[in-house]
Amino acid sequence: MNSPTATAAPLRLFTFAAPPRFYALVGALVPWCWVATVLLAAAGLYIGFFVAPTDATQGDAYRIIFIHVPAAWMSMLLYVVMAAWAGIGWAFNARLASMLARAIAPTGAMFTFLALWTGSFWGKPTWGTWWVWDARLTTELLLLFLYFGYIALVSAIDDVRRADQAGALLALVGSVNVPVIYFSVKWWNTLHQGATISMTAAPKMATTMLTAMLLLTLAFWAYAFAVIFTRTRAIVIERETHTAWVVELTQGKSRS
Amino acid sequence: MNWHSTSEFFAMGGYGLYVWGSYAAAAGLMVLEPWLAQRRHRHALHDAASAHTPGSKA
Repeated sequence: MNSPTATAAPLRLFTFAAPPRFYALVGALVPWCWVATVLLAAAGLYIGFFVAPTDATQGDAYRIIFIHVPAAWMSMLLYVVMAAWAGIGWAFNARLASMLARAIAPTGAMFTFLALWTGSFWGKPTWGTWWVWDARLTTELLLLFLYFGYIALVSAIDDVRRADQAGALLALVGSVNVPVIYFSVKWWNTLHQGATISMTAAPKMATTMLTAMLLLTLAFWAYAFAVIFTRTRAIVIERETHTAWVVELTQGKSRS
Repeated sequence: MNWHSTSEFFAMGGYGLYVWGSYAAAAGLMVLEPWLAQRRHRHALHDAASAHTPGSKA
């Protein structure tokens, strides 16, 4: 028995599932996420443009990889996280989880669009075409439509909790697409190159290039936390406008 | 150091359009999206405040 202070401050697993606590906590975290975003992006861009050498076969066009791969990773990761929170919100009737899922969708769609856009700008000089109906590109485009479909569905239904449930169903069914995107370059003979980084083999790129890409991946993570937390705070206030704590929050503001 | 002059840096070995076209889209979207999210938060607080003010039409 080594916990004499166990009775003080009951900070449990679900403490931050209460919207007021979550609102205050992430409000404090957002500025730090922005600091991390700026520092990591600056370091990654510096290494990516001034330290990493020009590629022997692709010239300087390869430098698109430093944002293309992180954006594509984020597009898939955020979809899985969105579907998971939407599912938790549905299964356990957890309001905050559903709000998080809704807050993630626009950021996931933004990264999906960015992965497609940068891929297009990389494909033109290296493949000779802006777009091709290749398995990897097509499934990534489907991911963008899944994000749009989720956003459209949850905003089309007036009953907020029913909208959350319908959105969760769509998000969970659509999550089948994520492993298909990931393995598409193995399953089909595609124009898109295979994975540069994998869990099982040594990376097929120079250390400085890898460092730049990983720094920008971390920057995108920090960015995603910052913007998703900001949007979640907005959604919390929109949904809880008439609760006592929001009344107190806004009146405390107007008094000062 | 990869570049001997500023113009060489912007030329990106002849791939300037593709490299900067990618980075400009990333920078633009990653400024626009946080701005929209912050605006939404501000509007939510504003709407909540006016809904609670007695006598307001909200």
